[in-house]
Amino acid sequence: MSETSWLSVWAGALPEMLDGLKLSLLITVVVILIGMPLGLLLSLGSGSRLKIVRWPCFAIVEIGRGTPALVTLYIIYYGLPDIGLTFSALISSFIGLSITTAAYSCEYIRSGLRSVPRSQIEAGQALDLKWSDIYRKIVIPQGMRIAIPALLGYSIQLFQMTSLTYNITVREITGISYSYGLQTFQYLAVFALAGLLYAAVSTLCTILVAWLERSVALH
Amino acid sequence: MMIDTIVWPVLMGLPLTLLLSVSAFAIGFVLAVPISLASVSKSAPIRGLAQLIIWIERGIPPLVWLMLLYFGIEIGTVRLTSLQAGILGLSIVSMGYLSEILRSGFKAIPNGQFEAAQALGLGYASRYSRVIFPQAIRTMIPSFTTYFIGLLKDSTLASAIGVGEMAFKASLVSRQSSQAGVTPFFVAALFYILISIPIALLARRTESIQLEGGR
Repeated sequence: MSETSWLSVWAGALPEMLDGLKLSLLITVVVILIGMPLGLLLSLGSGSRLKIVRWPCFAIVEIGRGTPALVTLYIIYYGLPDIGLTFSALISSFIGLSITTAAYSCEYIRSGLRSVPRSQIEAGQALDLKWSDIYRKIVIPQGMRIAIPALLGYSIQLFQMTSLTYNITVREITGISYSYGLQTFQYLAVFALAGLLYAAVSTLCTILVAWLERSVALH
Repeated sequence: MMIDTIVWPVLMGLPLTLLLSVSAFAIGFVLAVPISLASVSKSAPIRGLAQLIIWIERGIPPLVWLMLLYFGIEIGTVRLTSLQAGILGLSIVSMGYLSEILRSGFKAIPNGQFEAAQALGLGYASRYSRVIFPQAIRTMIPSFTTYFIGLLKDSTLASAIGVGEMAFKASLVSRQSSQAGVTPFFVAALFYILISIPIALLARRTESIQLEGGR
């Protein structure tokens, strides 16, 4: 196989691949917007003094983290229709990856909230603030700032995780690559291009994240 | 009835799940040692090469590695079997992560230890194998355990290239019997959670034993 044939495969595949990339990025962004706020709720819930709130939150997090993301996707896309819940592949990928993301980000956020100095909470109590205000105005803003680097790191991993949605027929980068390989039999060239795209975007995000982290640190 | 038609068939995937994760971890670890040593090398080109290798295999998602190896690699007319491609792909991915864990473990060892080993006239190999490695490995156990549990879950990806591990069996059972529905997936999920728990507990135990022994 000559290099020119690789290049011609790449040139042919690139437009579709970029469409796939857009879809991968869309999934990443939607899942961040759904999963991470859910993770915050779960982390507040699992810190609750009420057992009836705390235990279900713990259970959701443990099950969400313990179940492989691919199995979660299979459950939602292939499994749930059997009990009458049918979602499109894209919606299933939003739901499935959001569950995993909520469970993982809950852990990051929880450790962030925990590292807010105890004296900050005492200061809030001394000012006679309500618990909801102490959390809303003191603990969450400070704790989130601590959790942000980990959450950003996870987001890059999440972008790579979108490749799993290929298994439930979403045509993101991996899905496009597979069908393009099927047509041209140039699997190696096509998957190499896919790999490069993932690596390039992940690297760009890493650089962006490093920059963001610095600006968060400066506040 | 459910045990015969769902639980047992799903459980039949467990040996391959374990084979994939254990061998990928073992092969990845063996490959990771030279990479991590290269990444803390004093020579810039060697460091650069190690970083490039780590960048490539961490930048590409595990699933893409598996598909690239399974569909893309042809040596003459011979192609890798799905199990070979699965093990090799996961080994490549785990090599990247494990070498990062090893590197940070080496970095955590105080410089004085390196200097002391050098002062004793130990060569490069014995400096690492007898002084640095035994100390570093202790601090790395929690990271290795977390990574292994992650790898256990990543082994599900091999189902995409037809390896009959647990996720594959679960979808097979679900497709074959209309009554099974969503249950096989829940059964598989339960097994993944059940395997992870003893590993985490065992690791915590080894950790505390090691800490006591280290005193």
